[in-house]
Amino acid sequence: MSSLRIAVCVKRVPAPGSRINVTADGHSVDATNLGFTTSPHEECAVEAAVQLVELHGGSATVVTLGPVEAEEQLRYAASVGVERALLVSAADGLNWDPQNTAAAIAAALSVVEARDGAFDLILFGNESADSGGFQVGIRVARALGRPIVNGAKGIEVGDDIVTVRRPIDAGFEVYELPRPCVIGVKEGINLPRYPTMKGRLASKKVAVEVVEGLDQPGGQARERLHRPEEKASSTIILGNGPEAAVAVVDLLAELGVLA
Amino acid sequence: MSVLVVIEHDRGVMASGSLEALTAARALSADVTAAVCGGTDDLAAACAGYGATEVVSLLHPFLDDYAPQAWGEAIAQLVAARDPDAVIACGTDRGNEVLAHASVSLELPMVANVLRIDASGGKWALTRVQWGGSLLEDVTLDAATKLVTVAHHANDIVPSAVPEHPTTFAPILDDALGSTMVRDRVVREAGVTLTTARVVVGGGRGVGSPEGFAPLEELAGLLGGVVGCSRAVTNNGWRNHTDQVGQTGTRIAPDIYFACGISGAIQHWVGAMASKNILAINTDKDANMVTRADYAVIGDLHKVIPAISEEIRRRRG
Ligand SMILES: Cc1cc2nc3c(=O)[nH]c(=O)nc-3n(C[C@H](O)[C@H](O)[C@H](O)COP(=O)(O)OP(=O)(O)OC[C@H]3O[C@@H](n4cnc5c(N)ncnc54)[C@H](O)[C@@H]3O)c2cc1C
Ligand SMILES: Nc1ncnc2c1ncn2[C@@H]1O[C@H](COP(=O)(O)O)[C@@H](O)[C@H]1O
Repeated sequence: MSSLRIAVCVKRVPAPGSRINVTADGHSVDATNLGFTTSPHEECAVEAAVQLVELHGGSATVVTLGPVEAEEQLRYAASVGVERALLVSAADGLNWDPQNTAAAIAAALSVVEARDGAFDLILFGNESADSGGFQVGIRVARALGRPIVNGAKGIEVGDDIVTVRRPIDAGFEVYELPRPCVIGVKEGINLPRYPTMKGRLASKKVAVEVVEGLDQPGGQARERLHRPEEKASSTIILGNGPEAAVAVVDLLAELGVLA
Repeated sequence: MSVLVVIEHDRGVMASGSLEALTAARALSADVTAAVCGGTDDLAAACAGYGATEVVSLLHPFLDDYAPQAWGEAIAQLVAARDPDAVIACGTDRGNEVLAHASVSLELPMVANVLRIDASGGKWALTRVQWGGSLLEDVTLDAATKLVTVAHHANDIVPSAVPEHPTTFAPILDDALGSTMVRDRVVREAGVTLTTARVVVGGGRGVGSPEGFAPLEELAGLLGGVVGCSRAVTNNGWRNHTDQVGQTGTRIAPDIYFACGISGAIQHWVGAMASKNILAINTDKDANMVTRADYAVIGDLHKVIPAISEEIRRRRG
């Protein structure tokens, strides 16, 4: 089998701790003092791309639509083995709606494909960590005229066919997509590696190609973000250390789960 | 207003989310049509039991089993033929996927995982889920036909029988649309799972190692429950991702969740918060899991959990 060209799309998001705070204008997550990351689904998509290139040869390109700071997420992917990076620059940060996001990513991928050849496989996360619109991958695939299946927890690339495994309640389903195709990946498909020191150093040298993102707002527009109501909680401390076991088992009896 | 509801089923078995979607649709309008890809008489009857005044079975060989792209295109063709004001599906993996495909075919926006719908204006005002439910987003939806999925488990299921009115619709599907059809399926033995368990014993980084889970397994076994874990655990390769509770894992709703050595990051909390009771076991009394739990034991889980199992065995004699 000839070597693979793979693209993998990731989204820069803040990494909140125990609560998510919103900026005063209600338009975004207050990221003061927060680090940034990508969705675990996307981390797994990056790992899947790297593993497939290790297995079949070829190269992987990581793609993000976001502010210039999103270079951090591109370089992270480079530090675990992705060779190329594409930043689709979005002046207005990450408030882009799904149609707009997908159109800009599809356009950028088309530019790269026209120049370097088509991607055999384009990987997405199943859903983004923050907005979770469950559609950017589908919109991009359709714009490029390729089949897509979401929820993948297994990918095997053959000469003409890509076999995808997707879990369902009762087990898993098998799909066979003709190449080239697009796949939405779920966390659990693999165990993403951590960057090595060598990988980190190499990632600094990876050139990040920048493409201007076109901005064509779609029909979904953000008014404001807010936190869901929390039920006021007061914790009953059952005790300290092993001595608390009696109180715990009393509670289990009371809840009827002991029988 | 007329509303079309996309019915999700697995080889004829109705998904509970579709009954939620039917109930949500009835709150908007009495004119509710259910659309069932590869429909059967049983499914049509079930939809009528939840207020669908018409049930359309969409029939084509590509719709005989699940095929996201073919299902989406078939729904789009029905929407084009009937011109409803809104299309609603449940925000499950399949529901979101099918409606997203339909929205592309129709060149319309699609809003996923909505909790609240205000359909009083020309633009709809919606509240939707972000961060798996840790944050909410108010959006407006500006479209000729409104395509929306309702968040799973956010709507009650309320029966409301109407006379059965089954019809059929035959979409014209391009050969290429057959390519995303399920080719095969592998069925595993279904025991108690994280989603169905009455007791879940969850372990986090505080458990320290794969072997450290033995006492958690023991406690879960004594209570007929299962073991769950945090992402720190799966990321370390200590347990399989199928055990992960949270935003990108499984959402649980047991009678009691033991959260042991788990700090309670928002992405974990959101998967655990539907538990009827949460008991945190943590060395840190200020951990988020402890302050948000119903009950807590402050201490080393490696000592506390075996003591609980011991006490259970003692009482059982
Ligand atoms: C987009 C996104 C999605 C995510 N999805 C998920 C998800 O689905 N599920 C998930 O779990 N996480 C998820 N995470 C990760 C999450 O943010 C946290 O990193 C993770 O939940 C932390 O796991 P933990 O609580 O086990 O570890 P830590 O935060 O390290 O907490 C360990 C806890 O153990 C306690 N402890 C230590 N030793 C002991 C002992 N001997 N006895 C008792 N207590 C002890 C400590 O006091 C501490 O509270 C996600 C993150 C992102 C960004
Ligand atoms: N701004 C973005 N840049 C790159 N990829 C994105 C972006 N937004 C979404 N995606 C990809 O599309 C997937 C689905 O996103 P969503 O439709 O928002 O749930 C994500 O997991 C990413 O792989």
